[in-house]
Amino acid sequence: MAVNTNVTPAIQFTDVEMTFDTRAGELIALQHVNLAINDHEFIAVLGPSGCGKSTLMRIVAGLLKPSAGTVSVHGENVVEPRDDIGIVFQKPTLLPWATLEDNVVFPMKHKFGRVTQEQRERAHELLKLVGLASLENRRPGRLSGGMQQRVGIARALLHNPDILLMDEPFSALDALTREEMGYELQNIWQEHRKTVMFITHSIVEAVLLADRIIVMSHGPGAHVAEDLRVPAPRPRTGDSMRLSEMQDLVSHLRDILMTKKVA
Amino acid sequence: MTATLTRVNRVPGLLPGLTFLIILVLWETSTRVFTIPTFLLPAPSRILEGFDAVTVSRWLAHAWATLRVAMLGFLTAIVVSLPLAIALTRFKLVSSGIYPLLVVIQSTPIVAVAPIIIVTMGSGDVSRVLITFMISFFPLVVSMTTGMKATPDELIELSHSLKAPAIREFTQIRIPYAIPYIFSGLKISVTLSVIGAVVAEFVAAEKGIGYFIQFSTSLFKIPQAWAGLGILVLMSLTLFQIIAQTQRYFFPWSLPRESK
Repeated sequence: MAVNTNVTPAIQFTDVEMTFDTRAGELIALQHVNLAINDHEFIAVLGPSGCGKSTLMRIVAGLLKPSAGTVSVHGENVVEPRDDIGIVFQKPTLLPWATLEDNVVFPMKHKFGRVTQEQRERAHELLKLVGLASLENRRPGRLSGGMQQRVGIARALLHNPDILLMDEPFSALDALTREEMGYELQNIWQEHRKTVMFITHSIVEAVLLADRIIVMSHGPGAHVAEDLRVPAPRPRTGDSMRLSEMQDLVSHLRDILMTKKVA
Repeated sequence: MTATLTRVNRVPGLLPGLTFLIILVLWETSTRVFTIPTFLLPAPSRILEGFDAVTVSRWLAHAWATLRVAMLGFLTAIVVSLPLAIALTRFKLVSSGIYPLLVVIQSTPIVAVAPIIIVTMGSGDVSRVLITFMISFFPLVVSMTTGMKATPDELIELSHSLKAPAIREFTQIRIPYAIPYIFSGLKISVTLSVIGAVVAEFVAAEKGIGYFIQFSTSLFKIPQAWAGLGILVLMSLTLFQIIAQTQRYFFPWSLPRESK
């Protein structure tokens, strides 16, 4: 991808508000959300559960319309789902009847009704990238959660989107796999430099992966409470976490999340 | 001991076969020892003789009459329930408008409605197929709808995020996802369709196994009625197995892990 000298942010939230009609009445999930995410930036959205992190992602994806305010991608208002966005969901949700390769090319088959040879080759490359090339003709049935989520990531990258939205993609994995997947995602990101919006409730994950951490306040009416830059250079390893400025960041984040000081 | 039991369990059909054999032997001996009258409970050997009551071609004709109605009713149930299930899944209005009606139909004892249908629609095939259809279609609609609604939200979101044509949400995601549910429904429905055909024959027919059983009991020829029953059981089991094997052969991924 060419270097973008343009200053238009990849994703921009302007005064976004989101209210849901619930049985208990109107629930204001998000209020006055203002945020700009730059091209090729990896940002982590961190916040307590129920603060509307996923809602934020679904608005960018064009799956939900904000009640007020606007979200723009590359300067265009989001009014419907866009082609330059890939989504990795919390659960991998693969098709149990399709092989891994067919799962990766599924978005194309679903959107256009057919799959080209080129797309199949790309799927093969992506499965190689996530370390599953040898299993491409297997069905997902017996794969571990981590392997399934790798397929989910390959699926999201198939159409080579500029923006990757990830909704707590590793939260269903065990701690060890989770860490491993984190490093792998970092490698993929360093190779492809997508703009990534990574939703998580894990402080360590956010600190390890992101350029910038956006901390959301407690709902209802959640908004951006803090916008923090992660100081450690890349590639980050287990050692990066030992840097004193990283430890300060972690304890700062823990403080604001645990003591509910987030205003 | 447990090791032997595990090994026995590994031979498919051995344990149920043995159980069946033991029951047969107990049945035969108890009817002889306690001299149970044949009209109350004929011994298996007498039932076997009952098969000789009519010729093989007569049996086949009766069996075919029942099977034909059962299959026509079953196929009608499939053809009606698939679009209905799609509509119930897709449109909330249809769902809230029609579903209660379906429950009312299901709560109605169709056996009681059968004579009314025969009077209204005549004693032809149409009535019998309609009765069979009414008995067998409900589990299909429910299983199909449940399956289509059980599709993970993320996949539907993926579909929306791709702006794919709405029809493909069903052909490529919801219907394949519902396959395990659909086959559970088909297994129940196919056995119900045999019941439906027999009920219809009880009310109005001049051939079919159901008709044969009723005719035989009215003449007090109990062993041959039991023989007819045996054929019905065999028919239901065969149809059930055809469905089960179809799923195993064409949709192995849809089976629970231990039954692969």
